[in-house]
Amino acid sequence: MMKKIILYILLVISAFFMFAPILYALSVSFMSAGDVNNAALLPSEPTFQGYQEASTRIPLVRFLFNSFLIAVSVMIGQIFLCSLAAFAFVFIPFKGRKVLFILLLSTMLIPFESTIVPNHVTILNLGWLDTFQALIVPTLVTPFGVFLLRQHFLTMPKELWDAAQMDGCSYFRYYLSFALPLSKTILGALSIFAFISTWNSYLWPLIMTSNDNVRPIQIGLKMLVSSQASTNWPIVMAGSIIALLPTLLILFFGLKYIREGLLSGSVKG
Amino acid sequence: MREMKLFGLGMLYLFPTFLILGVFLFYPILKTVQFSFSNVLDGGIVAGFVGLEHYLSLLSSPSFLNSLKVSFLFVLYTVPLTIILSLFLAVIANEKLKGNKIFQMIFSSQLGISGAASSAILLFFFHPTLGTINNVLGFIGVPRIEWLTSPDWALFSVALATVWMGLSLNFILFLGGLQNISEDLYESALVDGAGYWNRLFKITIPLLSPVLFFVTIINFINAFQSFGQVDILTEGGPSEATNLIVYSIYREAFMYGNYGFASAQAIVLFIITLVVTLIQFKVGERRVHYQ
Repeated sequence: MMKKIILYILLVISAFFMFAPILYALSVSFMSAGDVNNAALLPSEPTFQGYQEASTRIPLVRFLFNSFLIAVSVMIGQIFLCSLAAFAFVFIPFKGRKVLFILLLSTMLIPFESTIVPNHVTILNLGWLDTFQALIVPTLVTPFGVFLLRQHFLTMPKELWDAAQMDGCSYFRYYLSFALPLSKTILGALSIFAFISTWNSYLWPLIMTSNDNVRPIQIGLKMLVSSQASTNWPIVMAGSIIALLPTLLILFFGLKYIREGLLSGSVKG
Repeated sequence: MREMKLFGLGMLYLFPTFLILGVFLFYPILKTVQFSFSNVLDGGIVAGFVGLEHYLSLLSSPSFLNSLKVSFLFVLYTVPLTIILSLFLAVIANEKLKGNKIFQMIFSSQLGISGAASSAILLFFFHPTLGTINNVLGFIGVPRIEWLTSPDWALFSVALATVWMGLSLNFILFLGGLQNISEDLYESALVDGAGYWNRLFKITIPLLSPVLFFVTIINFINAFQSFGQVDILTEGGPSEATNLIVYSIYREAFMYGNYGFASAQAIVLFIITLVVTLIQFKVGERRVHYQ
């Protein structure tokens, strides 16, 4: 009994430190400047002014739309390209696939941050600066995604593949009608990862865009911070809440998938 | 003939993947090496080989040496603390209690929040006069701290923010590791009369060591590659106190246009990440307890 009480106290204190800052940011986003100066806990008269002003200072709706477009495109691309590659590594017995797989794994050792200078030049030469392609194409496939799906395909029963082959099922048909449908959970995990990590990416869009028409919301947040910091906090908090809400909701609803995906990709793999 | 056909088919499936990885990972890492030995003009035009010039100027650049120093300090501030705290969170959230799912969700929340949003929120919390942290500390009589604007505090503050932002990923990995440990082990330990702490240090931690090892690598690499929080919280300042290596590369390349010099820094980043990963693999292999 005593142990239970202590555990609950520890859980509540930890939850407070993890999440109270987010809740307080939500509260501040509805405050007036006066409330912020008085360090109020809750807005004395809740107002949407912070949100309204944020949307006049930056094209908030445009940025949100851009982020959605980019994140959804990357997500769809990763589902197909990563699964195609993983499928080949597991089911197509061609010469040299071991070498190629090791080559794929070795790309995990290259930090994306160490390649930004030539990548910027590549995008420049392709004429892709300030375009959606620049923000979508480079992450349409990730070695992590291929690895994750390969681990899953390896667990599919061999008998199923043998039976399908006997019935004259082609590779592509097997990929479409068996491999993909039997991987819904792991594909769900990959989709959530792809969406959240694209939505949240920061360095790449920062160096790729100078134009509001293609900029994602994270860069919009930086613009709000640079123009507004230390003078009008409700605006900055409103921008933050808008930037974090879609992915936080996805995380809450998809946590089960994420945990399964992360664990099968890392710990067990 | 069949082999050729299979090979062609395999290539067809793998072509998009290797095209993208080739263009945006393999090629640029080689190109970074080339840039680091070259005089690079605007637009990435290579105008002659300069040998080790960029690397030598790295060694004599106080700004870069400082950046290297603060990056390692930053790792030291963030990695152990993140691991200890998130392990603690995983242990308490793994107990069979009513409502533990809700706590698990809250502890995972940072995974769904962008670094930019968390940083913008903490920017307010760290504010010297209006910020929540100083308000709370002032309540118990602690004088005002210049969290982000004092060179003595800034790196620590950015590290604190990074720990908070990194807890969720580690929490999920640790929780998964804990749930993989068989119940039977605990039951037989209970029969033997082992207490709570005994079970924690004799069963849980040793069996968790593969996860612990993996998590350490991820954390080191993540900390070493931090960028977003620096850009939003301090922009590398004050007086370069938080000029972490990725920020330094970004500044050198995209603000000052020194592509060659920035590439030499990027190669240093690449090599450090590589060496740490390999060392940890070697050491980890020997120390880790496998089930």
